[in-house]
Amino acid sequence: MLDLYSPGTSPLHRLSPGPKIGALMLGGTTLFLFENIWVTLTALTLVLAFYALARLTLRQAWNQTRPVLWILLFFLALQWWLSGPELAAFVVLRLTTLLMLAGLVTLTTRSSDMIDTITHALRFLRPIGVNPAKVGLAISLALRFIPVLAQLTTEVREAQKARGLERSIIATAMPVAIRMLKMADDISDAIEARGYRP
Amino acid sequence: MIEITNVSLSYGTRTVLHDISLTLSERRIAIIGANGSGKSSFARLLNGLVLPSTGDVQVAGLNTRNHGKDVRQKVGFVFQNPDNQIVFPVVEEDLAFGMKNLGFSKDKIAAKTTEILTRYDMQDLREHPAHLLSGGQKQLLAISGVLVMDPAIVVLDEPTTLLDLRNKRRIAAALDALDQTIILATHDLDLISDYDRVLVFEEGRVVIDDIPATAIPAYERLMA
Repeated sequence: MLDLYSPGTSPLHRLSPGPKIGALMLGGTTLFLFENIWVTLTALTLVLAFYALARLTLRQAWNQTRPVLWILLFFLALQWWLSGPELAAFVVLRLTTLLMLAGLVTLTTRSSDMIDTITHALRFLRPIGVNPAKVGLAISLALRFIPVLAQLTTEVREAQKARGLERSIIATAMPVAIRMLKMADDISDAIEARGYRP
Repeated sequence: MIEITNVSLSYGTRTVLHDISLTLSERRIAIIGANGSGKSSFARLLNGLVLPSTGDVQVAGLNTRNHGKDVRQKVGFVFQNPDNQIVFPVVEEDLAFGMKNLGFSKDKIAAKTTEILTRYDMQDLREHPAHLLSGGQKQLLAISGVLVMDPAIVVLDEPTTLLDLRNKRRIAAALDALDQTIILATHDLDLISDYDRVLVFEEGRVVIDDIPATAIPAYERLMA
């Protein structure tokens, strides 16, 4: 399951989302501007120090990287083969640092605060017909329903397995798609029922 | 009070409700009937989620056809599956959603969130991810998300269907304690034995409209 916001009262938790998103953008750009392993190592040390400041555990830091471990290993192998071990280690270290920095922002920021900030920042798109509130709600729904859809897929897969259809992608995809469409109708009703005015 | 006048509802060529006229003014009203009898469609008419094909539904004098948003503020709606009703990933964020839509201040949202979580003994779950709650906790959150909007009437569409016995009792106790008017569509006859009025639906029509002592045995005979 997704390891999103981790409740806390640290200075990083209390900081508003704007500066954190800004720092993430600045940090990401800096990492790619200075192609130097020492800059990357310093950045990684700083990110880990911020995890400690936010009173997050090493496990939570590791969890930010673990889902993309295979991609990192692929990059490591590819770069090693193309350019040698030094560049391979540097590229993977830089990506890991960036992922952990992004994870730090997610872990210390409530999704509603993040969405409010994004909604606020997107106001400049209003003249061209973009409704920032709708974008905010769409992001929130995506975050909320990723675990629900994962659960739904597991249920359907288990049901098909019980019928000996575990190898059929269609036997899983079709019921999931149908239930998702039905769910989308219900969610739309539920949002309307709770007084949403776009 | 809800006034339903000559209401029919059709989806394409299929008519799911036939010429229903009722006045709902009791404090506890139950809607029962077989699957596909029109219970859920009827419940959805009451807060303007669905508009009648013919006839009118009026809530406190407001027609759902032209005052849908005002009606939805007066009539809260709880769905069968709380997973489809919880919109935000974290408990307190979800509770705030409806209140923000109504323009409540931040202080009022915080105070009402604390009050409702305390009422249902869920204070520790304030910052909890919604997808990690138990089935009963999710349904309580869904009900809480409606109650914080201060509706005068709460319509619930089979809120206990997906729950085990303990959670069913928890939800029943929560509903019993509410000051609001409750309109409950359910298959769970135990929940409605002390209700003021029971409407039995059969093929889109109200075939029995009586107190539980009379309506429930009649419904059981109908289903035999």
